[in-house]
Amino acid sequence: MASIAIIDYGMGNLHSIAKAFEHVAGKDRVLVTSEHAAIRAADRVVFPGVGAMRDCMAELQRSGLDQLILETARSKPMLGVCLGMQALLDASEENRGTDCLGIIPGQVLRFPADLKEAGSDTRLKIPHMGWNQVEQQQPHPLWRGIPSGSRFYFVHSYYAAPRENAYVAATTPYGIEFASVIERDNVFAVQFHPEKSQHEGLALLSNFVGWDGEP
Amino acid sequence: MGLAKRIIPCLDVDAGRVVKGVQFVDIRDAGDPVEVARRYDEQGADEITFLDITASSDQRETMVHVVEQVAGEVFIPLTVGGGIREVADIRRMLNAGADKVGINTAAVFNPEFVREAAERFGSQCIVVAIDAKQVSAPGEALRWEIFTHGGRKPTGIDAIEWAQRMVDYGAGEILLTSMDRDGTRDGFDLALTRSISEAVNVPVIASGGVGNLDHLVDGILEGRADAVLAASIFHFGEFTVGDAKRHMAERGIEVRL
Repeated sequence: MASIAIIDYGMGNLHSIAKAFEHVAGKDRVLVTSEHAAIRAADRVVFPGVGAMRDCMAELQRSGLDQLILETARSKPMLGVCLGMQALLDASEENRGTDCLGIIPGQVLRFPADLKEAGSDTRLKIPHMGWNQVEQQQPHPLWRGIPSGSRFYFVHSYYAAPRENAYVAATTPYGIEFASVIERDNVFAVQFHPEKSQHEGLALLSNFVGWDGEP
Repeated sequence: MGLAKRIIPCLDVDAGRVVKGVQFVDIRDAGDPVEVARRYDEQGADEITFLDITASSDQRETMVHVVEQVAGEVFIPLTVGGGIREVADIRRMLNAGADKVGINTAAVFNPEFVREAAERFGSQCIVVAIDAKQVSAPGEALRWEIFTHGGRKPTGIDAIEWAQRMVDYGAGEILLTSMDRDGTRDGFDLALTRSISEAVNVPVIASGGVGNLDHLVDGILEGRADAVLAASIFHFGEFTVGDAKRHMAERGIEVRL
C-alpha cells in the first residue's frame, strides 16, 4: 500500500499533520519517522517543521536527514510545510543568516518591521498569523478542487523569495505579494499549514496523496 | 483583500465537560466538547479556544483526552488555556494536538516561564492571556492593571507595559480580557483593546463582554483587534459563527466565509 512518511527531526509538533493525513489517507498509510530506511521506502515524503532555521538545519545535518531530503527531492513526491518549505531554498536571513538545502534557488527573508497594508497606512503585525488568500500562479495537480484565492492558515515571520517566478506556484498578499507556495518538479512546498486549513487544507493533502510527482 | 480577521469561539471545560451551558437546539450532547467543537468548525470558526477550568489536579488528564479527540477530527487551530504552569504542561498539550497554549497566571508569577516556553516551542504557539481591569478614576487618564484569580487579585502591574514585556519575552499573540466587561454583554473595553493592540506588534485577540454582533465589529474597527473571542453569544444559539462573519463582512471587515 502506498505509504506517506512524515519526517520527524525534532522540529515541532507533528501530531496535527499526522492526524490530517490519517484523515485523508487512512491510518495505516501514515508514518511519522526519523529512520532513513523508512523514509527511503515510503512512496511520498512530507517535510514539516516549526521553529528556528538554525536549529532546523543543525538537526537535519546531525541526523544526516539533509542528504536524504536532497535524495527525496530528486526521486519522489515531496511536500514541504512551513519551515520545511523555507529550508528548501538556498539560505535564510533567520539567525543572522543560515545556509539551507538549496533545492529551490532563492532566499528566505524576514517581513520588514514597518510592514503596511498595500495602499493604506495600516500597520501589519508580525507574525503573519491567520487565514489569508492563496492566489494560484500556475496550474498544478495539487490545486485540484481548490479555487484560486482560497484561504489557508498561516503563522510565520519569514517568507520565501525564489529567484525565479517559475518556482512560484501561488502568492499571498501581506503588505507585499510573497510566494506562499513554491514548486519544482516533484517537490511542492507551502508556507501555510494545510493540516489546520479545514476543507481546502485537507483537499490539498488528499491531492498530494494521489499525486504521481508530475507537475 | 488579504488577511482575514478571526472569530474564535471559546469553550470553558471542567473535568472534560463543557460548562456555562451550551444550548444548541439540535445538539445531542451539549456538554461534549468534541461535539461542540465539531459544530463550531462546521459553522466556520477560524480557531477554537478551550479554557480548562478543572480545579482538581487529578482530573487534569481529561483535558488532554479532549484535545486529542478534537484534534483528530477538527482541522483548524486549537488553543488550550488554563492550568499551563510548566514546560511539561505545554508539551503535553502540544503532543495531544493543540497548536497553541495560553499562559495566564503563571506568566504573572514567573515571567521567565514565557521566555523559556517561547524558546523551547516557538513564539507561534505561545499565547499570553492578560486579564486587565481599569484602575483609573473617572476623569483621570485611562489606566489598566493586571489582575489574577478571575479578576479578584490586583498585581499593580500596568497592562500596556505588561503586554509589551510579554511580547519581548516571546509571546506570539496576546489574548486580552477585560475583567470589567467579562460576562456583562456590554461589549469589549474598546479603549483597552486599542491601547494594547497599538502598543504591540503581535496579534491581539479581544475578549470579554460580547453581547451582540455589533460588538464584534466594534472590537475590530474601533478596538483594532486582530481577532475576537466570544463564548455565550455562540453557545446559546442566538447567533452562529456564520451569522457573525456575514455581519462583519457587511460592515466591510475581511473575514473567511
